[in-house]
Amino acid sequence: MTFLKLLFRNRLAAMGAVVLGLILLLVLAIPVLPLQDPDVTNTGNRFVPPFSEGHLLGTDHLGRDLLSRLLYGTRLSLGVGIFAALIAATIGSAVGIIAGYFGGRTDNIIMRGIDMLMAFPYILLALAIVAALGPGLLNALIAVAAVNIPFFARNIRGITVGLAGREFIDAARLAGMGHTRIILTELLPNVLSTIVIAMSTTVGWMILETAGLSFLGLGSQPPQADLGSMLGEARSALITDPHTSIVPGVMIFLIVMSINLLGDGVRDALDPRLRSGALSRPRAQTIVDRKSPVPADDGNGLLNIQNLETQFHVGKRIYRAVNDVSLFVNPGECLGVIGESGSGKSVTALSVMGLVASPPGVVTGGAVRYEGEDLLSANFESLRQKRGDKVAYIFQDPLSTLHPLYRVGDQLMEAIQVHHKVSDKDARAKAVELLKSVRIPNAESRIRNYPHEMSGGMRQRVGIAMALANDPDVIIADEPTTALDVTVQAQILALLDDLRRERGLAIIFITHDFGVVAQLCDRVAVLYGGKIVEEGTTTDILDHPAHPYTKRLMACVPELGGGKRELAAIPGLPPIVSDLPPGCAFAPRCEKATEACKEGAIPLEGSETRAVRCIHPEEEIA
Amino acid sequence: MTSALKVENLAKTFEISGGLFGRNKAGVRAVRPMSFEVPTGETLGIVGESGCGKSTLARMLVGLLEPTEGTIEIEGKALDNADPAAFGRLIQYMFQDPVSSLNPRKTIKQIMEAPLKRLYCMGKAERDKRIDEIFDSVNLRPEFLERYPHEFSGGQAQRIGVARALAAAPRIIILDEPVSALDVSVQAQVLNLLRDLKSEFNLTYLFISHDLAVVEAVSDRIVVLYFGSVVEIGKAEEVFANPRHPYTKLLADSAPVVGRPLTAPEQKDSELPDPLNPPPGCAFATRCPRAQERCKKEEPVLEPVGGDQYAACFYPLQD
Amino acid sequence: MGSYILKRLVSAIPVLLGITVIVFLIMAMIPGDPATAILGSYATPENVEKLNRDLGLDKPLVVRYFIWLGNMLTGDFGRSFSLNRPVLDEILERFNATLILAGTAFVICSVLGILAGVISAAKQYGFADKAITFVVLIGISVPSFFLGMMMILLFAVNLRWLPVSGMYAIYGGGDLPDLAKHLVMPAFALAVVATGVIARLSRSAMLEVLRQDFIRTARAKGVGERKVLYGHALRAAMVSIIPVLGIQAGFVLSGSVFIEIVFQWPGVGRMLVDAILKRDLLLVQGGVVFVAACYVFFNICVDVAQSLLDPRIKT
Repeated sequence: MTFLKLLFRNRLAAMGAVVLGLILLLVLAIPVLPLQDPDVTNTGNRFVPPFSEGHLLGTDHLGRDLLSRLLYGTRLSLGVGIFAALIAATIGSAVGIIAGYFGGRTDNIIMRGIDMLMAFPYILLALAIVAALGPGLLNALIAVAAVNIPFFARNIRGITVGLAGREFIDAARLAGMGHTRIILTELLPNVLSTIVIAMSTTVGWMILETAGLSFLGLGSQPPQADLGSMLGEARSALITDPHTSIVPGVMIFLIVMSINLLGDGVRDALDPRLRSGALSRPRAQTIVDRKSPVPADDGNGLLNIQNLETQFHVGKRIYRAVNDVSLFVNPGECLGVIGESGSGKSVTALSVMGLVASPPGVVTGGAVRYEGEDLLSANFESLRQKRGDKVAYIFQDPLSTLHPLYRVGDQLMEAIQVHHKVSDKDARAKAVELLKSVRIPNAESRIRNYPHEMSGGMRQRVGIAMALANDPDVIIADEPTTALDVTVQAQILALLDDLRRERGLAIIFITHDFGVVAQLCDRVAVLYGGKIVEEGTTTDILDHPAHPYTKRLMACVPELGGGKRELAAIPGLPPIVSDLPPGCAFAPRCEKATEACKEGAIPLEGSETRAVRCIHPEEEIA
Repeated sequence: MTSALKVENLAKTFEISGGLFGRNKAGVRAVRPMSFEVPTGETLGIVGESGCGKSTLARMLVGLLEPTEGTIEIEGKALDNADPAAFGRLIQYMFQDPVSSLNPRKTIKQIMEAPLKRLYCMGKAERDKRIDEIFDSVNLRPEFLERYPHEFSGGQAQRIGVARALAAAPRIIILDEPVSALDVSVQAQVLNLLRDLKSEFNLTYLFISHDLAVVEAVSDRIVVLYFGSVVEIGKAEEVFANPRHPYTKLLADSAPVVGRPLTAPEQKDSELPDPLNPPPGCAFATRCPRAQERCKKEEPVLEPVGGDQYAACFYPLQD
Repeated sequence: MGSYILKRLVSAIPVLLGITVIVFLIMAMIPGDPATAILGSYATPENVEKLNRDLGLDKPLVVRYFIWLGNMLTGDFGRSFSLNRPVLDEILERFNATLILAGTAFVICSVLGILAGVISAAKQYGFADKAITFVVLIGISVPSFFLGMMMILLFAVNLRWLPVSGMYAIYGGGDLPDLAKHLVMPAFALAVVATGVIARLSRSAMLEVLRQDFIRTARAKGVGERKVLYGHALRAAMVSIIPVLGIQAGFVLSGSVFIEIVFQWPGVGRMLVDAILKRDLLLVQGGVVFVAACYVFFNICVDVAQSLLDPRIKT
């Protein structure tokens, strides 16, 4: 089972499991172990130190055998803690699912009640319950379970609200399922792992809390003892006979720690977000680990990407996102990079300034030259100085790419001030000027806005203004209009085009849309499976596509004004870059493919400005 | 020909309680009263940008949201109760996100069986036979039935979504952005499959999308929505070729087209009006280059503007 | 801003009422005759009847609730029979001590916890990260009352650095250095668990934020790594850390009950436990309501801090 494998691959969790397993084994073996009666007092034999004859751990203030009391006490503490956890989890989850699923007024009323319970520091509620019911272990159990119900209810409600908004719940409704059935068969299986996680991370707490109540003398009553009451009774002899305190104290610590370790392991194994190590912190700069020599400078362009290879190393799998991609762009030129998801277009763009999240990203080959200098070999400080100053980025989703807690003016000022010693006043004036240059009305008051106070189009203008802040030479725009409405997209594209002409900017424009490329770009490179399959001037590519993929991809895309028609589809699916075929990546979907296409690597042939990677091109290229 | 779907004065207002004790109740009119008819066998395209109310409309049509006012009639029968099961046998919904619309903890077979069991109370043998038939028509292999949703790519998952909608044997399917989450090369596969299924099962489609070119390529007629209202209806080949409403023209001019030079189309402002505080008169007036005094005071209604085309504008564009 | 604070204050009214209802209902669950429970089984029948009348216990439940609520609003929390003085006087005196203890512990756990979490995230998988993770793991597993006892053994009994217990020395104490000396051990013992929890959460919040797109934007602008971490990332991470501080404050307040017992600190917690064992229910009732109300106000402060940090909240 993958769950157990994942769990025990985590060494700490395995350690926790071993310790907890040993404790459980000891506790379960109580009936067959030669233990003395834990409650028989022998006042003549008080405070016998540990490792004495007949009393391995010594005796307590009434001369009772500590080992025996410890094991019985452990059994009681574990049993009570786990039982309390089960009760709290069951009631809390049921309440949470009902509140989250039905939403609206039901949710409101239930959550108000839960909030009231959470308004108490937990011990106060537990104390009040024990005060009302009277001291005793069962009452302590009820109190601990009750104070933990809100925790489960809240947690599970949160997950349920997220799930209830998902489309498969709507689908189940349309399939004629009733509420009970949806809750039991659609929701519950999906929240079960969260319930298990919440339980495994809180059962330790609940054991601690019951022990705490017993420690205060409000839980188990003499002569019966759990670990907490053992510790409580031993407290008065702490200074003279510390062993009576240390024995139960260490046991509580061992139990809670092993449960916590195991609980963390369970959470990591069940939570798919953590499973792939996704919580790794991306470094400031992509790791460069070149397996091949750095290619010599061929003097092309202002920004020149040469034989770039970028990979993602996830576990044992290697995703070859970018394979031997070479591109260059001249001042005042707009180069389009077009491809579908997984073609490597965004990774190419991010590799330029070392912004590919790393780990798992690694640049494994090639060079990125800015004015001849290889940025991949540069140290971080020199790369940082060029980021935003020489080469700037515009990203796709302007809501997530602007910092939500800073005013847009401050974000613009920061972009200027990290590169130039400018007073706040001048930086602010520049920020206003920038906003005006991207045609944001009322720029003076807009700089005081937070990103969430602006519309998508306005935010993207801020993104562009930020890219322009230091008059960079190159702008890399990664799908800057994909998240925008079509009327806004048209304005943003026109703006970019104007800025390029006014300022002589070199633009690398990443997109999946041929219409956009046609309108904005001078030259185009088409990416498929991490490789350039064709490049050339925009008119050449659009009018005379040479690679079968380019040709068929254009045919798939309906164009406005064509009326109702059948679309030419490409059969099959784009390749997965962890498992690329040896030959042409498009061969499995290509009608013209022959054996030769599937055998070995196919070179990109042609000139610097017009090339195709195909042995059966649609058109001969000059 | 009878209409498969008839909608009259359908509207949805979301109440937003504000103020300390929820006193100042404000309403956001996500869908303003609208009426239209879809004849059997037609594909009606619905286009609009974000915030135009197209998803709210779709969810009302399948019974996932209760309309604030208005009626929905399917094949002459009024559906006024918000019981999704009653809707489910007549009208089905195909979701935008193919992965999120499949329960990750269920096999494809369990997902497929649900509508057959719940809506038609079929026995096991009958269900298996029916699922085989449907899988055959959407070109999915039967061995997929034992797998879980995460094992499928977007395109395949969307085919499963189609199969599930078909399992309910509906008369009408609402396709809510069915291809926007897919890659271009896969989009065409799904669109072509949808077209084939339509004639095979004699279905009626409502095709909702923000992509003008896709809508034009698959629809017979097109409805253009803006700010919760219908601003223009007409034949697919006419609406964008000869737009009468200035907003439709703005949309058509904004779509990137190969060979058209890049200029921002004429408009004064790109902001939508504030939904909590909508302006009187035409909602498009603040952005409209042709707006006059009257547009800011009166709300225009749909009127015929020649042929089968209707536009809600006081000063519609001429050819 | 002002209107937000006002709104939060007004919204606290139903919560406070809810708290009194819950406490009242729990106390009403007491089986048998409440007056006997209060006075103990040796009370004479005349005394029981008199108390029943005095407390209005012969009236219906709802009426009794409103009488009790009205009395509390006028500052009358009743009289503690075990201490033979007004409940409110006792609470106010004791609460001062608890506030000093819990407040110090809260400051310690917030500062240390956030610091440890941020360092841990910044040096992910490095030595500091591993060391912090290990210490945190032990910290969140050790029961605070046991830790307190071990600290007494080590620092007070063996090393004789610090006093064993109490808040002030019996002879010649009472000044600030004396209080500080008495405060060190209980405050740290109380802070340990919360520090661990806050450190863990701060670490994962930082790691989560560092993967966001806006961090990539900051880097693309050329912002230095230090500023990315301690400016952009920490600020965004605080949005999820601050609510946890509020929750942890509740845990610190809860833990102070145990610590007050272990260190014989004259606070509310010890008073409550004593009151329960003596069945002095009016004292329990008053103490619980009072402390819970203070916690509600503390959480309003947390919410206001959150709204100052996050402009998206102001609605």
